[in-house]
Order: sequence, then C-alpha cells, then structure tokens
Amino acid sequence: MNHTTDTPLLSLQGLTIALPKGADRAYAVENLSYDVQRGEILCVVGESGSGKSMAANAVMGLLPKGVRPVDGKAIFADQDLLSITEKQHRELRGLRIGMIFQEPMTALNPLMRVGAQISEVFEAHGQLNGAERSIKALELLTEVGLPEPEKAIRAYPFQLSGGQRQRVMIAMALALEPELLIADEPTTALDVTTQAQILDLIIDLQKRHGMAVMFITHDFGVVAEIATRVCVMRQGKIVELGEARDVLANPQHEYTRALIEAIPSDVVPEARGAETDTPLLDVKNLNKVFRSKGGLFKPAREVRALNDVSFSLVKGETIGIVGESGSGKSTLGRCIVRLETPDSGLMSLSGTDFMTLHGESLRRERKRVQMIFQDPYASLNPRTRVGMAIAQGPIANGIPKQKALAQADDLLELVGLANTADRFPHEFSGGQRQRIGIARALALEPELIVADEAVSALDVSIQAQILELLEDLKQKFSLSLLFITHDLRVAAQICDHIIVMQHGRIVEQGPARDIFLAPQQAYTRQLLDAIPGRPEATEIAS
Amino acid sequence: MNFFARFAQNRGALVGLIILTMIILMAISAPLLFPESPWRMVQRPFLPPLELDGFPMGTDTMGRNVAAGLMHGAWVSLLIGLVSTFVALVIGVPLGAIAGYYGGLLDDALMRFTEFFQIIPNFALAIVLVAIMQPSVTSIVLAIALVSWPPVARLVRAEFMSLRHREYVEAARLVGQSNRTIILRQILPNAMSPIIVMASLMVATAILLESSLSFLGLGDPNVMSWGYMIGAARTVIRQAWWLSFFPGLAILLTVLALNLVGEGLDDALNPKLSRERS
Repeated sequence: MNHTTDTPLLSLQGLTIALPKGADRAYAVENLSYDVQRGEILCVVGESGSGKSMAANAVMGLLPKGVRPVDGKAIFADQDLLSITEKQHRELRGLRIGMIFQEPMTALNPLMRVGAQISEVFEAHGQLNGAERSIKALELLTEVGLPEPEKAIRAYPFQLSGGQRQRVMIAMALALEPELLIADEPTTALDVTTQAQILDLIIDLQKRHGMAVMFITHDFGVVAEIATRVCVMRQGKIVELGEARDVLANPQHEYTRALIEAIPSDVVPEARGAETDTPLLDVKNLNKVFRSKGGLFKPAREVRALNDVSFSLVKGETIGIVGESGSGKSTLGRCIVRLETPDSGLMSLSGTDFMTLHGESLRRERKRVQMIFQDPYASLNPRTRVGMAIAQGPIANGIPKQKALAQADDLLELVGLANTADRFPHEFSGGQRQRIGIARALALEPELIVADEAVSALDVSIQAQILELLEDLKQKFSLSLLFITHDLRVAAQICDHIIVMQHGRIVEQGPARDIFLAPQQAYTRQLLDAIPGRPEATEIAS
Repeated sequence: MNFFARFAQNRGALVGLIILTMIILMAISAPLLFPESPWRMVQRPFLPPLELDGFPMGTDTMGRNVAAGLMHGAWVSLLIGLVSTFVALVIGVPLGAIAGYYGGLLDDALMRFTEFFQIIPNFALAIVLVAIMQPSVTSIVLAIALVSWPPVARLVRAEFMSLRHREYVEAARLVGQSNRTIILRQILPNAMSPIIVMASLMVATAILLESSLSFLGLGDPNVMSWGYMIGAARTVIRQAWWLSFFPGLAILLTVLALNLVGEGLDDALNPKLSRERS
C-alpha cells in the first residue's frame, strides 16, 4: 500500500442524497465534498439531524429505504461506490471498509457466541478454515484488549459490559484489516471512563494498522481527543473543514464557534452559596437493595443500589449527583421522589417524614417534590395535548380545570413555548419537549425538583439552552434542585454542591468548585481525567 | 383536522365504512322490503337466482325467499357480533387493566381465573352454555361474550404491563394523579390501538361463531341468521350453490368491512397518524 499520500483513500465529490417526500428538508446532505486521507482520523461533527451519518451510510451502501443519492460521487480505490452493484459493495464491506455502530447493545447477535460472530466475518468473505478462524478471533480479542480473551470468545453478548461489547465490535471491524474504518458515534452510549478507553484503543489501532478512520460524533470533546481533521456539518452542508487544531483553536464559522462554546467549560462559576440555611431535604443512611428472584437454575441476584447514603440540601440550593451508570444515582433520585421506596433510612422534607408516607397521604404530598425526566420522548403521553399534560397535576390536586389550563398557558410562555398548549408532543423537538417537562414540574410549585439526566439526551447547543433556562427559573422562583448527571462538567456549571457516587456509595461530596478543581478521591480524579478533550478545553478557557 | 377527516384519509377504512353502512341499511330496511316473515314458504323450492321476479337470489330447500332471509339475517348477525364483542370488552378490558396495572397477587388471581376459561375450547364451551340456557339471541350473545373475553384480558394486561413503567405514567404518579385517573387517562388511550384492532376481529369471529352454532342447530329458532342459512344449505351445496353462497358472501363482506373500519379508527385515534411511517 505505498500509494502517495496525495491520492485520498476515500473522496466524496458533490455528494447529494435526497430524502423521501414529506421529510423536513429535501436533501439529507447537499453537495458534500471531503476526502479521507490514508492514516488520518477525520471527525465528522454535527448535531442530530445534520446528516453527518448519511454520507457514511451511502459509502457503506446502507442507506435507509426511500433515501437515495441523486448526485455526486464517492470514490474509493478507483471505483464510485454509488454506482457499483450490491454484490461488489458486499465484497468491499468488511474486507476494505469496516464499520462500528453506536449501540453496542443491539449491534451484536444476542444468541451467538462472540467468537462465532467474529469468525463469521471471515466466513462471509470465504477466508481461512474453521480452526484458523477461531485462532484469529482469539488474536483479535486479545488485540482489542478484552480481559480474559479465552473466556470472552465463548461468552454471549449479554455477559459482556457495554464497553466490552464495543471492543468486540471493533475486533469484528478490524478482522480483515480494512483500509478505512467508519465509526458512527461508537462511544456515545458509554460511560466517560469507558469512552476514554475506547478512544485510546481506536487511536492505538489506527496507528498500528495505518488505517484511515472516519469518526462520526456530536461531541467536540471527542474531536479534540482524536481528530486529525474535522468536518463540521449543519443541515446537510459542510460548515467548516480543516485541521483539528486550527478548527478548535480558531473556529472560522459562527456555528462552529457556537458549538465549541456550548461545551460546558472547565471554568467553574464562583460559589454562590445558598440563600438561606433552612434545611429542606435531609437524607440519612438511605439503603436500597434490588433483588431478582432466583429460578430453578439461576441464583437470586442482589444489587445494592444505595448503600448508606446521607446528605442534606438547603433551601434554594442546587446539588449535583454525579456517577457512572450503575452508580445508584438514578435510584437515589427515584427514592427521593418516592417512585421507589427505600429499604431503610430516614428522609425528611422540611420536617415531614417523607419516607413512611404511603397511599392517599403520599398522593397528597407528592406535589412537593417533582421530577424532570431524562427522555423527552418517553416522558410525555403521546395522546395528551401538552397544555393538558401540564394542567393534569394541578387538576389532580383540586384546582379547577379552566384555571389549571390557563396556568399551563402561562407556564408554557415562561419556558419559551407560548401558544402551544393545544399541540401534541410529537409536534415538538427534543429540546422543546424537555421545556414542556420543566413546565410540568413547575406547575405544582414544588419545594424541590429532581432532574434526572435532564439534558443528557440533548444536543450540546440545546443542552446549553436548557441549562440556562433552569438557571433562570432557579433565580426567579428560588428553586431547590437535585441535578442528577453523568457529566461532571455539566454539574460544575449549575450546581453549588456536588456528590460523587460509585457502586451505591457516596465517594466524595463538597462544594462544586472544590470537587472540580481539587478532587480528593481517586475515583473523582479518574472521572475528571476521562472527560474527553479536557486539556484543549482548558486552553481555550484560559 | 377533525376526527372524520383523519378517518377518511385511510381509503380502505372509507370503503369499509360504506360497506358497513350498506349492511346496516339492509338490516333496517328488511321489514319494509320484505314485510313477510323470512320463514314463510313463498315459492317452489330450489328456485335458482334471477329466474323469477321478486326472487333475485332464488329460494331455498323449503321454498323460502333467500333475499328476504339475507336481509332479515343481517340484523341478527350484526346484533350478535356487536353486542357480544361489547360485552366481552366490558369484561376483558377492566380485568386486564387491573391485573396489568397492579400486578402481584391480584394479577395472579385474575390471571388464574382467566386461564380457567381459556383451558376449555371456545366452541365447546359456547355449545354447552347455549344448550344449558336454551337457544335464544340473548343466550347466544352471552355465550359468545363469555368465551371471547379471555384474549382481551390477556392483551390489555400485556399492554398495561409494558406501559405502566413509561416515564409519562411515572410523571402522572408524581403529580399525584389517582390510580383510576392514571389507568383511564394515561394508559388506556395508549393501549387503544391493539384493543380496537382486536375488537374488530372479534365482531367477525362472533358472527362466525354464531354461524357455527346455528349450523349445529343451536341458533335461535325464531330468528333468521346468516349462519342458519349456511347451515341449512350444507346438504344441498352441490345442487343449489346459491343457498350458501349469498350468506357466505355477506359474512365475508361484513368481516372485511369491520376490519377496515377498525384499522381506520386506530389511525384516526392516533395523533401521530402512524400510517405515514415508512
């Protein structure tokens, strides 16, 4: 492979892909031209709906039904990928172009052992015999750093963690030593620490095999971490294309600048201090164990989701609860709003014992603590108009319907969605739905709001807007907020105090500034180090 | 867009509605067009269709007018189909909803009770029930309803079990809505699609079940129904095809129309117009 470096490996020339009729725009991508050079990592960055994955899908011949390229070329190894037959395409896939998908949970066949799935790649291209395939599969698993590869090769996907599955996916993509690796948001579904490991692995493999990598992501932090060059996309068009260093340090287009600015920075705002010292929520020694009933052949399983958790929240204060998946942070939130009942411990809300309430008395007290949910698509009833969705709470608490609906109108205006009360949820975007969720939580004038990963499903720029809105409302109504997130940076932006959790325990707690700038515990430091693109972010900030 | 406009967007549903309206009109106009009892022998037996004026569908083995039987039978078949489905829904939906929403022991108890009905073959139970209660329209409706509610309960329970953990249901619990409101306002509307589809199929099966009962001679002896007509014609199917063909066609069209209407209703009730998905 001693081509000269100036012939690009993959070259997109004026690629235009049409969307089916009735879509929100006519073309998924329009007049798209960029090259992927041998041995480089090109990051294609954009928010959801920017068409960043479309070009990759066209290259792989995996465009969804009804979406077709209408113009342009995609030259790979002297052939136009858009005009070759399906059979030719199939030969290229896997052999010369490898791909990693976003969702490691669903990209693997749940009923096939990992080793067999890797061997299948060789089988599909008629390479090696049975024994050689298993040996090669083992080598690959070792190379992608799966612990105990001899065991892993016989494992089923459900026995592996998300990060391990993504390693298996990478092993499959690498099996035939492709010249181009397309990675479509491969780390989005993973925890920060796992994400950092996978990114390292990709960089390492890219260097060792000299592949070109086309890395699709929405996260500028990831870009800073791995990219050689960056291509920023917006609504199907390229906004900016250039060396990663230049684009990050000196973005030319205002959209790029906005995206980079929207990354929660490392500059922690000055401690604001709570306005009062009236304790609002007092949690002492909270415990919660989830038990799954054992069957004939499987032992009962116990998961300690909360282990002696104690903290207190002062009125008007915002506390951030940070941890990776499985740390018990969501369980804590759900216990506090009483969607789960803790096994033992004490929980009082400005003096009332909130833990022993049940039945009708709980129903009456519920309005004092409200929640903003993670998934803006799942948290609104698709068959209820949004005005009604907001008014339902007050109505359930005895406010007349007319008045409650009028209030809902006001609340919608407050969150920036005036005159939308009679629409259905599907008519709104993700960020707008999250605003509706916030309005619903506010409708009952609660003393405490628990926000469970309220911004993690949103694009960075939308995320920044929602955080701003929350900040704004906090000032206006002197809200107390429990902000649950996996992202320390987000927590540092909005919270007064931060609690770091791991395996159901509180690892560290203290003022946001101290936790972020001078973490005491090794785990907290590990979390901070894993945040992608940190050094660069600090550079820009300073 | 109003409800009907949304309904009419589905062409098939519109066709179904037209067929169904025609069948209902047929049932209503039967006493006007054929004021005499459909049981009366009015001509010689085995008169083929279109042979004599006033007998467009011929006569049956006893010289009764097939057209009159078909029109009068429409009323009974539709009535039995709709009422028995309604009764089955009234039993099945609340049972399934409660079992699915509350879970636990209540769920176990209700489901064992449901299984008690499910282990007996549908048709056998229906025969026994009708035989015990004496054949009449009421007993047939009841028997059909009693054998067809368990699948409804099962379906509703499954829907409720998957919907009760949705975030919007949790949000409704958080704002303090009562269990009853949550079941009726939050979960049930979202479980409607499969219920409607199932109900439209159930009307069809009920009509068929009534046909089978009549076929065995367990129909109401006082009313003419499509099932009875097919049943009575079975022995002469080779000599007189029209005796089973016309009622058979009527059943087919009714069932088809109901399915089409059911699908259209489902679309119209869904704010997202799910048929647009590609």
